[in-house]
Amino acid sequence: MALQLRRKTHESIVYIDSDSAPRIMPSGEDFILEDLPVGTRVLYPNPPVKGLPNREAAIRYALNHPLGCDPLFAQLEPGMKVTIAVDDISLPLPPMATPDIRQTMLEIVLDMLAGNGVDDVHIIIANSLHRKMTAWEMKRMVGQKIFDGYYPDRYYNHDAEWKEGLIKIGETRHKEPLTLNRRAAESDLLIYANINFVPMDGGHKSVAVGLCDYESLRAHHEPQTIRDSDSYMDPARSELSNKCGRLGKIVDEHLNVFHIETAINNRMYKGDMDFLTKNEDDFSAFDRMKFEAMRYAMGKLPRAARRKMLHSMPAQYEMTACYAGKTEPVHAKIIEKGFQQYSIPVRGQCDILITGIPDISPYNVYSILNPLLVQVMGLGYHFNFYRNKPLLRKGGVMIIHHPCYDQFDHNMHPSYIEFFNRLLPESRDAFYLRDKYEREFANNPSYVEMYRRGNAYHGAHPFFMWYWGENGRQHVGKVIAAGAENAHVPAMLGWERADNLTEAIAMARTYMGSSAEITMLHQPMIGIADME
Amino acid sequence: MAAAAFYDLEGTLVSTNLVHTLGFYARNQPNLVRSFTKSAATLLSVPLFAVSDQYSRKVFNDLFFKRYKGETEDRMRFFADELFEKVLKPAVFPGTFELIEKSRSIGLRQVVVTGALDVSVKPLMEYLGIIDYVANRLEFVKGVATGRLLPPVLASATKASWIRTFAEREGINLSESFAYSDSMSDLPMLSIVGHPAVVNPDFRLRQTALHHDWPILNLK
Repeated sequence: MALQLRRKTHESIVYIDSDSAPRIMPSGEDFILEDLPVGTRVLYPNPPVKGLPNREAAIRYALNHPLGCDPLFAQLEPGMKVTIAVDDISLPLPPMATPDIRQTMLEIVLDMLAGNGVDDVHIIIANSLHRKMTAWEMKRMVGQKIFDGYYPDRYYNHDAEWKEGLIKIGETRHKEPLTLNRRAAESDLLIYANINFVPMDGGHKSVAVGLCDYESLRAHHEPQTIRDSDSYMDPARSELSNKCGRLGKIVDEHLNVFHIETAINNRMYKGDMDFLTKNEDDFSAFDRMKFEAMRYAMGKLPRAARRKMLHSMPAQYEMTACYAGKTEPVHAKIIEKGFQQYSIPVRGQCDILITGIPDISPYNVYSILNPLLVQVMGLGYHFNFYRNKPLLRKGGVMIIHHPCYDQFDHNMHPSYIEFFNRLLPESRDAFYLRDKYEREFANNPSYVEMYRRGNAYHGAHPFFMWYWGENGRQHVGKVIAAGAENAHVPAMLGWERADNLTEAIAMARTYMGSSAEITMLHQPMIGIADME
Repeated sequence: MAAAAFYDLEGTLVSTNLVHTLGFYARNQPNLVRSFTKSAATLLSVPLFAVSDQYSRKVFNDLFFKRYKGETEDRMRFFADELFEKVLKPAVFPGTFELIEKSRSIGLRQVVVTGALDVSVKPLMEYLGIIDYVANRLEFVKGVATGRLLPPVLASATKASWIRTFAEREGINLSESFAYSDSMSDLPMLSIVGHPAVVNPDFRLRQTALHHDWPILNLK
């Protein structure tokens, strides 16, 4: 490797040298230590941007100084019908320490509504086709007082299958239909309280996706849209974002939306766990001791207990910005703020990209990271964390580290099981699967009922997860699942397997050459590789 | 080829079971003394019914339907509407309507296959808009129940066998069909369709459903 590449180009980029410490990698519910080849480039998350010292004041300021419209208080009249929509449990990840930012936003907004004589208020979780949140999760998200005051009649999950609860708003000139939650659409004012966790979130996606039905969603949650998004974490070059923008214009024509967006930093762990995002070369003796203690303790626990433990550690995110007003200017400001946190300037693509898959995803909160979700984290999220061009060169090898266990949550992911076992052996072609099976799964009465009355993801959701990995699948030459404890899961996903990372790197080098450039994403990582 | 959704009834679409129906008829006897003795006998038999059902659905049926011995057919038919209004209608699970409506909307024929008595379920079937149903029939001699069931006695494998015959006759593709039940005794019925699902299952059926990766529904 050329010497000029070995120097430190950014505080979040580290090159492995002969005396470098081994790196910590998540692999499902485990954390492993791996020695990486000399010259490997390791991308760390940027240090957390300092959080706002008084987030209540920041939210109030945003409500009173909105972008593109009158302040919230000036839009309120006694007796009006108001709906507040909030993001669901899929963000931020892991669920943040209480009080959740949504709770703070709601407390301030509800106080303002009450002060202006607005009593007809509903709070709707914009879960779209995600699973409905449980009462416990809903209480945790908004706090005891709001929960007691509004649940269940005036604080509930959106139901994308309740025909009477939906209303068609219109369609775009591209024939993309838009049907939304009736209560939200028929309100005099719809307030959307958002947390922007990754650049894909927020903006017009909040209302047009979070409160829509299956038919509206399938117009843009489809393989071609994903292929045309380069990447879907880059709103400027995302066809998904473009389509949501088109739908958002219809939303703005028919609804009065007051959008509140917040940006958060990337302080996933604080205190005893903060070493997980640190450069291992800078570890103190205490950091090493904490890691070894954690590894020892977790090694003694069964997988389910390890999972439970990881899911019970709340994230320590802090709010870094809040804007309110019209959707587009608000979102533009928040995206800009988000990239200040996430952007890591990177020069040069790599031939081999290594990423450990932690037990963290938007779709397995308090649940199992099943094989389809491993796929969506690897080829979907981790692959798409770039701007301008992929971190991995076309045809390169992606090594993901995960046990790839064949386990599914029967309550939350019932249709995933059928998708994985019945459809993937037949085809991995996203277009074929969409044409032949997506509607069948979406209309399966059992899955519909489990979505509506239980806590299951919608029957069509595993398809979206498969599409989410589509541009990764088209771009990557080969995927190697390192540490996979069985052969059939990687095989079903179209991947090769290796016992460990060393073997996987050796395999990758046989394809890419012995001087292949290797980059590792140091997970857990919320960051965007800004490619030069 | 057409497909269908086959439902067990009691415990699956409604919260009541066979004992609730028996209890209703026991309470509504021609005189107070008989109502009291019949009700007491039904109550005292509940543990026996529970144990025998765990052992074998056939043994349960033999024991259970004997309790109807001596009931007159016209009386049972007379009270059927009241049974529906007071017992069955309030017991329909909220999710039942949604499930049937969704199944119907995708073109599935709606078929109820139940071990309950035909006279007692008829009004409920009309209420749910289900035309195709099959239920057990009591044997009546000179208008009085003998306490035996007319064959075929619908339980366990007989339900599956009836479904097979029905599917053949009506041109229904079982691989594309759905079946719903809450009871382990309906395992044969669940096993012969392409899309089985369990509803409000007990522990044994839940474990079986988990083992086979069948959807587990809660219609309550």
